[in-house]
Amino acid sequence: MARSEAGVFDLGYLDRLSRQDTFVHRLDPRAKLITTLVFLVTVVSMHKYELSALTPFFLYPVFLAAAGNVPIRYLARKIALVSPFAITLGLFNPFLDTGPLVQVAGITVSGGWVSFTSILVRFVLTVGAALILVAITGFTSVCAALGRLGVPRVFVVQLMFLYRYLFVLTDETVRLLRARSLRSFGGKGKGLATFGPLAGRLLLRTLDRAQRIHLAMCARGFDGQVRLSRPLQFRLPDVVFLLTWTLLLLGMRLFNPAAATGRVISELLP
Amino acid sequence: MSHHIVEAADVYFAYPDGTKALNGISLRVTHGESVAVVGANGAGKSTLLLHLNGYYAPQQGQVIIGDYPIAKDNLDTVRKTVGMLFQDPDDQLFMPTVFDDVGFGPLNLGLPPDQVEKRVSAALERVGAAHLGDRPPHRLSGGEKRAVAIASVLSMSPDILVMDEPSSNLDPKSRRLLIELLRTFKHSKIIATHDLDLVVDLCERTIVLKDGKVAADGQTAVIMNDSALLESCGLEKPLRLQSCPVCGSQEAQGGDGT
Repeated sequence: MARSEAGVFDLGYLDRLSRQDTFVHRLDPRAKLITTLVFLVTVVSMHKYELSALTPFFLYPVFLAAAGNVPIRYLARKIALVSPFAITLGLFNPFLDTGPLVQVAGITVSGGWVSFTSILVRFVLTVGAALILVAITGFTSVCAALGRLGVPRVFVVQLMFLYRYLFVLTDETVRLLRARSLRSFGGKGKGLATFGPLAGRLLLRTLDRAQRIHLAMCARGFDGQVRLSRPLQFRLPDVVFLLTWTLLLLGMRLFNPAAATGRVISELLP
Repeated sequence: MSHHIVEAADVYFAYPDGTKALNGISLRVTHGESVAVVGANGAGKSTLLLHLNGYYAPQQGQVIIGDYPIAKDNLDTVRKTVGMLFQDPDDQLFMPTVFDDVGFGPLNLGLPPDQVEKRVSAALERVGAAHLGDRPPHRLSGGEKRAVAIASVLSMSPDILVMDEPSSNLDPKSRRLLIELLRTFKHSKIIATHDLDLVVDLCERTIVLKDGKVAADGQTAVIMNDSALLESCGLEKPLRLQSCPVCGSQEAQGGDGT
């Protein structure tokens, strides 16, 4: 079970990254959250056959990762981990959309392959940006920003608790799995038959814990509202960051800088 | 200030599945007293504690805090007066950072932010955890978690402290520090525990529960030396009061044998 245990420690690593002190870490979480949302919308709204116009968007995650001191290798590993979802989503495009679209070096490429690649590029961009947002802001601050931007309290509190107890839950799961594997011999006892009771056990434990947490909250005067005292201040650097990136991203969305550069170069050349 | 009296008068409680947890418990703890509640697993300790801050309502009898019986309309006051320390700090520390957690109670009490901050710093200072403020609770060691959990109760400035197994899962040094810390508190204390040596250190009075009833209530020194009583209630003499297995001598006879 060493792999699942390693996963838990990895989660803690993201936590540690968010406690660094760089220029992007110091920005108001709301500025980073809104910019990331603008980024996501502009990237996702691109035409399905678009590839060249997507390339300039790498500027945003690369800039943040570099300025926020987030190791690219770590990001790459995390993105690869969830990539099966995106691959499954785009898998059928090459089979369903077989009409020829472009010719590259004499080879005809169908529309399906282009849109498949486009999906993968978008996936890398969006998941990367989301991971970087958490790595340079911290999950709690993202939650606080969501709350301040008017997202209903219930959702914000749910997210916060999810994050807090993710660690406890994974810990409990690891312990259960460890106990099981120590008493399973020769592959016996590891099948689906024991998985059922195991998952059930985990659910019951979680329900029990939820009740105890509720109790602890009641004991300290919980009245249905979680109050976070976190002074957020929108200062000049935040405004500059937000405006610059929003304009840049919108510009990338409306004009295709990659194609434009290509045109300029081909015009300059005789 | 009013007298910080905690009184249970003939309390009965059964869980929905029919388990009878409390079968007519009566006890009275007065201002400044430090009382241990001991008993075997399932004797009703935790259930009793949950009655003391009104989380459970007795099915028969009543619980009185200060001068008034606990009722729906004074629950807020009761929970402000009675601070409760839970057995598993992970249940108690649910906010994203230590600071938020210790401030949770005071913010719910409606205190202004600057005063909340003062209270949080004071509480953290008190338990020696001032440096942990920005840390997320899941990154703390067991001893640190316990200290922060205590701070989260202290920040509400309760008059009565109710604790469920405060020394469980602590290493000997952390346990010793906890005992020293609790000794400095002037609050009325009610401690449910299996750690009878801690009882000898901290509580002048002990209440022994058995099958949801009070089996004995008296001076710790007397009860801890009554082997027959302890054995019949699923307990045994604190190690400190047993004769030494190596040299055969007995270290201390008294209650406060430190």
